[in-house]
Amino acid sequence: MKITKILTTAALALGMATAVIAGSHSEKTKVGFVYVGPVGDGGWTFEHNNGRLAVEAEFGDKVETVFVESVPEGADAERVMTQMALNGADLIFTTSFGYMDPTINVAAKFPNVRFEHATGYKTADNVSVYSARFYEGRAVQGTIAGRMTESNIIGYIGSFPIPEVIRGINSAYIHAKKVNPDVTFKIVWAYTWFDPAKEADAAKVLIEQGADVILQHTDSTAPLAAAAAAGNVIGFGQASDMAEFADGPRVSSIIDNWAPYYIERTRAVMDGTWTSVNTWDGIAQGMVGIGEITDRVPADVKAEATALKDSIASGDYHPFTGPLKKQDGSDWLAAGETADDGTLAGMNFYVEGIEGDIPG
Amino acid sequence: MDLSSINPILLLASLMVAATPILLAAIGELVVERAGVLNLGVEGMMITGAICGFAIAVETGSPVLGFIAAAVGGAVLSLLFALLTQFALANQVASGLALTLFGLGLSALLGQGYVGVKPPSTPQLDIPLLSDIPVLGPILFNHDPMVYVALGILAATWAVLKYSRMGLVLRAVGENHEAAHALGYKVVRIRVLAIMFGGACAGLGGAYVSLIRVPQWTEGMTAGAGWIALALVVFASWKPWRVLMGAYLFGGVTVLQLNLQAAGIAIPVEYLSMSPYIITIVVLVIMSTHRSGAPASLGKNFHASG
Repeated sequence: MKITKILTTAALALGMATAVIAGSHSEKTKVGFVYVGPVGDGGWTFEHNNGRLAVEAEFGDKVETVFVESVPEGADAERVMTQMALNGADLIFTTSFGYMDPTINVAAKFPNVRFEHATGYKTADNVSVYSARFYEGRAVQGTIAGRMTESNIIGYIGSFPIPEVIRGINSAYIHAKKVNPDVTFKIVWAYTWFDPAKEADAAKVLIEQGADVILQHTDSTAPLAAAAAAGNVIGFGQASDMAEFADGPRVSSIIDNWAPYYIERTRAVMDGTWTSVNTWDGIAQGMVGIGEITDRVPADVKAEATALKDSIASGDYHPFTGPLKKQDGSDWLAAGETADDGTLAGMNFYVEGIEGDIPG
Repeated sequence: MDLSSINPILLLASLMVAATPILLAAIGELVVERAGVLNLGVEGMMITGAICGFAIAVETGSPVLGFIAAAVGGAVLSLLFALLTQFALANQVASGLALTLFGLGLSALLGQGYVGVKPPSTPQLDIPLLSDIPVLGPILFNHDPMVYVALGILAATWAVLKYSRMGLVLRAVGENHEAAHALGYKVVRIRVLAIMFGGACAGLGGAYVSLIRVPQWTEGMTAGAGWIALALVVFASWKPWRVLMGAYLFGGVTVLQLNLQAAGIAIPVEYLSMSPYIITIVVLVIMSTHRSGAPASLGKNFHASG
């Protein structure tokens, strides 16, 4: 009897203590981040983490951020999000495509917690989606790649065959082809976002098969390291600047800049003005940045790429402008027509000229 | 679909590189198993070697010191297994599995500060004259030194096991530890040394992945290579040269499937990705049909009280 009583008292005390802790926490806005890779990947997750640090810098002690890195896409992600929500997070950013269903599932259980899912397309009252128009950067990359290749073979390391990646391949191909009609793409699917060993193997194989430009849609710097080892091969920073390879193979990069968006959304939660939105920003809004084009690129190519970037930024040019056909030869866009966001968001076909099938 | 874009010379050359980590780990495990000990902790020792080698190479700037540290790291971790199985007489299967789990966790902890760091590069060994031979030169004589070190360890292991007194004693311990003990051989001491050799080899294999093949550090980057090495030893019927063949087969198909993908062959990627495992197992099973058996005392604990 006595023991039971002691235990009950202890449990009560513990409960009260927890309530006090939770109470003191609620003054701060708590923002959680779920990462697919380690923050030290030097690419995708690294930039999301920079966004998190920018939120901390902006709001100081009015905000508390937490993050969990290297969270597998799937059931584990749901567990991590649930734990964050239970620990009092007000806003949770889930930063990979594969977190889409887990985010929707967990959001349904916590209607008072706001979720922001990157690169997905499912929304709810408390779930926003946001992404960047990486394909705008791919257009600039494709132009440089098409001009720079001497073997006319461009290697492309794809992660998963999802619309975001296919869009990038199409955009890079269209613009490489435009400046160099002889160009061909060799595509290897790594089936991972972050696995330096696999990415390095894929890059080496593409180089062995004659590619002298490597484009990657995976997150590590391993393909650039492989390009550096091969010598006469160039590549691009992916998701982050990857400037540590700038004196070697890296000639430019696509930089994801999430900081302004993360700050804006955190402020919306603080002000109570947060609503579910669907954001898809590009070069114009600064969400997609083009890293410095190095001197390895001739001045005229650099000028051409910069002009393309500026015309995309000003809205004069859309990277998917007709006439364009699909891979099977059927018509897609008439001359002068531009692709609508719906088609782009669900893109599941190659444009005419790319060889091979999209794994399905 | 353009098979002509696959360069067979470069394919064979990268096959040797892709096979080296599992070759190193498998030779080590072969010696351990020939001494009658089943250590399922190869994966754990590999990944520990990978981070020990990586950290020391980054701190000192010397890949050679890195590889030495990797061998030491793998051997030290294997001592834990030796302590459990040879002195505490714990179950070898359970201890080996625990060693793998422990190694994965330990390496992740040690590697915290090393994610995204560039290691010092290991120079290619351009052997003058030999590397200029057409065809054979680029395939055989244009690699980093560790490829040859691995082959050297294999050849030495084969020679010692087959021709030396030391090899005979080791095999005797593995076949019948009671008899070996009756003859006055120190069963436990020999087995501990074999386990340490296995750990050192696995560590070298791991460091080859983190320092040369990738080169970068990531958690769990050996990605199952240790288990492949274990399977190779069994399917190679505990014979060193068959281990080499199995390793090259596995490395070859691994490289070939990426080549086929890049050449646009219309085989679903999933089949290509699983092909190295299936082909290696099928070929080695066919080869080992005449049942040249495992060491008789494999996996059995020994205590002098008998």
